[in-house]
Amino acid sequence: MLRVCWKGARAAARQCVCAKVTGQPLQHCRRYTTAGESGSTAGKIVAASLLTVGGGVSGTILYAKWDPKFRANVEKSIPYSDQLFEMALGPPPPPLVPLQKKPAKLEPLQISSLSEASKESKQPKAKAKKSDPAPLAAVEEAPAPPAPKTFEEASAEAAHIISALSEVPSVPAPGTSDETAPEPPVPASPAEECKECSHPEPVLKERSADEVTARLAQQDKAEHDALMALTAGLEETLGSTAKVTLQSIGAQEVALTAIAAHTNKIKEAMDSQTPPDKKSSQWRELNEAMSERTRAVDEAGEALLKAKEELEKLRSVINYAKGSKIHAARPQILAAEENLHNMIVDLDAVVTKVQNAQTEATIVSQYSELVNEAKVQFQKELASITPEIQANWKGLTGKLSADDLNALIAHAHRRIDQLNRELAEQRVREQIHIETALEQQKLENKKAVERAVISALEHSHEDMRLEQEKKMEEVREVMEAEMRTQLRRQAAAHTDHLRDVLKVQEQELREEALEILNSKVMEQETRYRRLTQEQLDTFTLDMNSAYARLKGIEEAIDSHVIAEQEARKAHHLWLSVEALNYTLRSAGADSPTEPLDGAVCAIKERCAENEFAQALAGAIPDESLSRGIYSEASLRARFYDIRRLARRVALIDETRNSLYQYFLSYLQAVLLFEREQEAPPTKLRPEDLHTFKLLAYATYSIERGDLELAAKFVNQLRGESRRVAQDWLKEARLTLETKQVISLLSAYANATGLGTTQAP
Amino acid sequence: MSEKELGQKWDRCLADCAVKIGTGLGVGIVFSVVFFKRRTLPITFCTGLGLGMAYSNCQNDFKSHYVLHSTIAK
Repeated sequence: MLRVCWKGARAAARQCVCAKVTGQPLQHCRRYTTAGESGSTAGKIVAASLLTVGGGVSGTILYAKWDPKFRANVEKSIPYSDQLFEMALGPPPPPLVPLQKKPAKLEPLQISSLSEASKESKQPKAKAKKSDPAPLAAVEEAPAPPAPKTFEEASAEAAHIISALSEVPSVPAPGTSDETAPEPPVPASPAEECKECSHPEPVLKERSADEVTARLAQQDKAEHDALMALTAGLEETLGSTAKVTLQSIGAQEVALTAIAAHTNKIKEAMDSQTPPDKKSSQWRELNEAMSERTRAVDEAGEALLKAKEELEKLRSVINYAKGSKIHAARPQILAAEENLHNMIVDLDAVVTKVQNAQTEATIVSQYSELVNEAKVQFQKELASITPEIQANWKGLTGKLSADDLNALIAHAHRRIDQLNRELAEQRVREQIHIETALEQQKLENKKAVERAVISALEHSHEDMRLEQEKKMEEVREVMEAEMRTQLRRQAAAHTDHLRDVLKVQEQELREEALEILNSKVMEQETRYRRLTQEQLDTFTLDMNSAYARLKGIEEAIDSHVIAEQEARKAHHLWLSVEALNYTLRSAGADSPTEPLDGAVCAIKERCAENEFAQALAGAIPDESLSRGIYSEASLRARFYDIRRLARRVALIDETRNSLYQYFLSYLQAVLLFEREQEAPPTKLRPEDLHTFKLLAYATYSIERGDLELAAKFVNQLRGESRRVAQDWLKEARLTLETKQVISLLSAYANATGLGTTQAP
Repeated sequence: MSEKELGQKWDRCLADCAVKIGTGLGVGIVFSVVFFKRRTLPITFCTGLGLGMAYSNCQNDFKSHYVLHSTIAK
């Protein structure tokens, strides 16, 4: 085993040494090599990694700048990247709203948005800025909420806007179809303004009842005002239009008469049967008539224009009135429309008359012109033939010679032939002309007929429409009246019903209330009774419990007295046992203790009635009483002497006891090496029962303070060793006995003490 | 004390031994001088006697405990 160990150690040592020796050069080499190349390789690696990382980061940032979705993704996935991006690129772009271009363009032109809120919030603003022309106000106050709108809505809005723009007179914010509050061009009450100012947010929350009634009242008032304004406007415009139309009609009639006069004059002038002296005056009159006619025609034209303007105005006012949808104004609107229609009809009739007259006049004037032309031509011819005769040849009948006459007659014949030829030609041409003229006339007639038909249709259409609307109005009035009567009837029925129901309810409620009252009164009574009973009960209970407690306390006190007595007795016992223990401690190093007699007698005296204590006190051996016992320490010390002696005489027993044996025994004791102390096994084997082993066990035990076990082992000694240890054993036995009894006594005393001091 | 007994025995033994050997020596010397012409024989003999007696005494002393005492039953 030693050799194995030695080998192992050597091997280990060799390994260590080799390892050290071999390890070092490798490490050296490694270090050498790394030291040599470390600079460049490390630098290269560091540079490469830095490049890669930097490239990655910058690439990410650039791409994020270009693509905001990627940026959002990266920000979501990597925790602090949003800060980095903000540093590098600035704040993220706002989320895209799917607005299209046209609504964006139209928004600045919006007068109001579709939502009621902005409409309402703008109402006060619109009312405040009523003075400004509406479109400007609209442009100024357009905050253009970026609510996504569809294209149709936007175009509808555009149509609204354009129509609103055309209605120049103060039209604030035209709403959508569900307009309940018409925007009247009246300054709103400050209360309304304030109220509406205080609802800037989307007003989809319900208004309270009084608000609603107030609003309704305001709406009614506004309607009424609007109605008044409308009617006033209508009447005004009607009046002005009527005046102007009458004026124009008058002017037209004047023109008509002027034209007719002129035409007559022309016809008269054409008529050659007037005496020559009246010709000049006729011509003068003609000129006058002509100038008058032109003047009248111009006037008529102007008046017509004015009338047309006024009519247009009236029409626009009527349309606006129609657009404002105030039902009470409907009959007036209808009347105004009717008037308008009549005026238009009259105007058209007069205009057609004037036009007819004018065409006649043109025909007549053309005819007159032709006639004049022929006359002039004839005169020229005559003058060419008879140059010396002047224009007025009628007065020269006597001065003409035959040649002249013949020439004149020949000329006249030639002229007649010529005229006949012309006439024939003309007849032929006339036919053709007439046909073409007829056709033209037909066409024109057709056109005129069509126009007349169309205008007649329109007029009749208008008439019918007006009739229909009148009828509708009548029917509506009738219906309204009927509805009112029905409603009145219903209201009456309702009030009757309510009265009955109320009567019944009153009865029921009264009964219910009486019942409740009765039940409550009963409840109160029962509660009162119960409370008094409870009080009584609690009082008796308290009294009983107090009495019981008192009794209990008395009993407890009595038992305590008993217990205290017991406790005192136990205390006495304990004290005396303690005294006994104390006497035990009076043992010196080699001398025994005081005799325990005194203390034991004291115990016996004190605990005369305690049988157990008496028995125990009697069990103490007399030797200890009279002489006292040795302490464990002295016994221990003595034991070593015993041990030495016992070892020396280990071989001596009854069979071997000569001096030679003594010598041998001594020699054995000297030469035998063994452990001084040996832990005794739990089970003794027969071969353990020789002196030295026993002594070793005993030493072990006694060193551990177990005197009893040591005594047991010593008791197993045989022969001379035993004889040597006899006294010691006796003393040990005595001590053990006494100690046992005393420990029993003290335990008993403690137990009784504990038992009595801790009351159950 | 039982343990002191042995010591006492040894003391006695040694004392006795000394006495006896001394006595023997003395007697031997006397005898050798007186009776045996200064030969060492009586000295050694008497010393030996003395030693022997002492030894025997010692032995008896040590054995004393183990010796069975008999009595004649009458």
